Amino acid sequence: MNETVHQLERMQELWTTGYLMGFKSSNTSDEFLKEKRAQIMSRGLPKQKPIEGVKQVLVLASGKGGVGKSTTAENLMRPLKNYGIECMSMGFLVEETAPVVWRGLMVMSAIEKLLRQVEWGQLDYLVIDMPPGTGDVQLSVSQNIPIAGAVIVSTPQDIALLDARKGAEMFRKVHVPVLGLVQNMSVFQCPKCKHETHIFGTDGVRDLAKTLGLDVLGDIPLDVNIRKTCDTGQPIVVSQPQSDMAKAYLRIAMEIIRRLPTPPG
Amino acid sequence: MRQNGGVPATDSFGRICLQFLLTLGLFSSEKSNLAGVRHILLVLSGKGGVGKSTISTELALALRHAGKKVGILDVDLCGPSIPRMLKVQDKDVHQCDSGWVPVFVDQDKSISLMSIGFLLEKPDDAVVWRGPKKNALIKQFISDVAWGGLDFLIVDTPPGTSDEHISTVESLRPYQPLGAVLVTTPQAVSVGDVRRELTFCKKTGLRVIGIIENMSGFVCPHCSECTNIFSKGGGEELAKHAGVPFLGCVPLDPQLTQSLEEGRDFIQEFPKSSAFPALANIAQQILDGTSPQSS
Repeated sequence: MNETVHQLERMQELWTTGYLMGFKSSNTSDEFLKEKRAQIMSRGLPKQKPIEGVKQVLVLASGKGGVGKSTTAENLMRPLKNYGIECMSMGFLVEETAPVVWRGLMVMSAIEKLLRQVEWGQLDYLVIDMPPGTGDVQLSVSQNIPIAGAVIVSTPQDIALLDARKGAEMFRKVHVPVLGLVQNMSVFQCPKCKHETHIFGTDGVRDLAKTLGLDVLGDIPLDVNIRKTCDTGQPIVVSQPQSDMAKAYLRIAMEIIRRLPTPPG
Repeated sequence: MRQNGGVPATDSFGRICLQFLLTLGLFSSEKSNLAGVRHILLVLSGKGGVGKSTISTELALALRHAGKKVGILDVDLCGPSIPRMLKVQDKDVHQCDSGWVPVFVDQDKSISLMSIGFLLEKPDDAVVWRGPKKNALIKQFISDVAWGGLDFLIVDTPPGTSDEHISTVESLRPYQPLGAVLVTTPQAVSVGDVRRELTFCKKTGLRVIGIIENMSGFVCPHCSECTNIFSKGGGEELAKHAGVPFLGCVPLDPQLTQSLEEGRDFIQEFPKSSAFPALANIAQQILDGTSPQSS
């Protein structure tokens, strides 16, 4: 009985190899073999597939935490589109106090769902607000969808620039074009005496941009109003559109649009 | 029945005792690198950019000021900031019999540091790794650094609640850490993330030593007007709400940041900064909390 099983297994092996080698069809050319091998090897890497209905994807990243990616993202989204913004986030799917304590694989699968299993409809731009770091999330997003461009947000502080630089290098490794840098929390003006203090350093982002051969898309100063309006869920671009801060965000949005490749279709 | 040492045991009670003693013997002969560390403290936050690394460093300096020997373990693999802050980013780590030798950041060798920053070929190299690789390195950092005798080991973490945090807490569990200090800025979006971090601590059985409200108020160096750029009181409120101790507010000190940017010595500058009294107070609270436990 065992021998029969062995023989059957051996036959199956030969058949499979034969098929792969092209023996089953009478076509045993080298090209066929090469093609088959390439097909099998490529199964390991994820394939980039565009999101249906979305013309261009823009990612907002930095490497460093707390430099203002989310604040910039929500203020940029308004100028890029004038009517209602579709927004998707883990924040909508879990309770406010529930931590999402997941290892990489689950995070990847969640990202996949957030990207593809959401009815985005027809969008000109999809802005993706990335978390800090250069790990699973950044890799998953970069490898799975074609990204039109990345914008790196940083404060002028030395240790933030360190991380911004790593972010830029990561995008280079995964072949995502970096459109430019945004210098956030650039300067603080005392509301009483108007004295300017560069709390997090002076122009560090401009210096880094020069080193990396990138453009600075704009500066956003440290302003109590930006924080206040974000905390109350009314980004300044919406609640105070005539303010200097709102105009600063608008200028950055225009710079981004200028640098994005012409959208398909 | 013969055991490792070749000693025979004839009755079952004897066998059990022998097994127990040999297990103890086996365990202690494997002398853990953390055996000489009296207290392990984690610095966490849900939010990025609230000043975990700065607070970790400042806390280490404040504890050293109080006469303690301190080690800092930087497990932020993607954004290791501490070597740069302490101006030791160009130093190398060496190997010894028990593993890696941490880098001493001062003349008196009272503060030692381990970070992935020391293992990179160039300080600007990006670490673009998925979870399993990060977990493996964190486990190594926890078991293979020859800290020697320390009063405190401060573990600085990246923001969030992901692979690095799960691995760090799991790997440190056998060493019974003192607990975690949670850092937040006062604004709502930070407090929200830190609330989640509190839940993480509860679920993983990590004791919360308290909450620090960082960047709490900025005093204009020109007119001394205090502006609450990142709001105020959010951290204290959260501590009250969650029933955990509030350790204190630390103000934004631009002179401290500027001194770092200008390459001055953080260790020398820090005691003169307006943030120092707050940190000294927090360090004292932590020390008071350890006195009944000290052996």
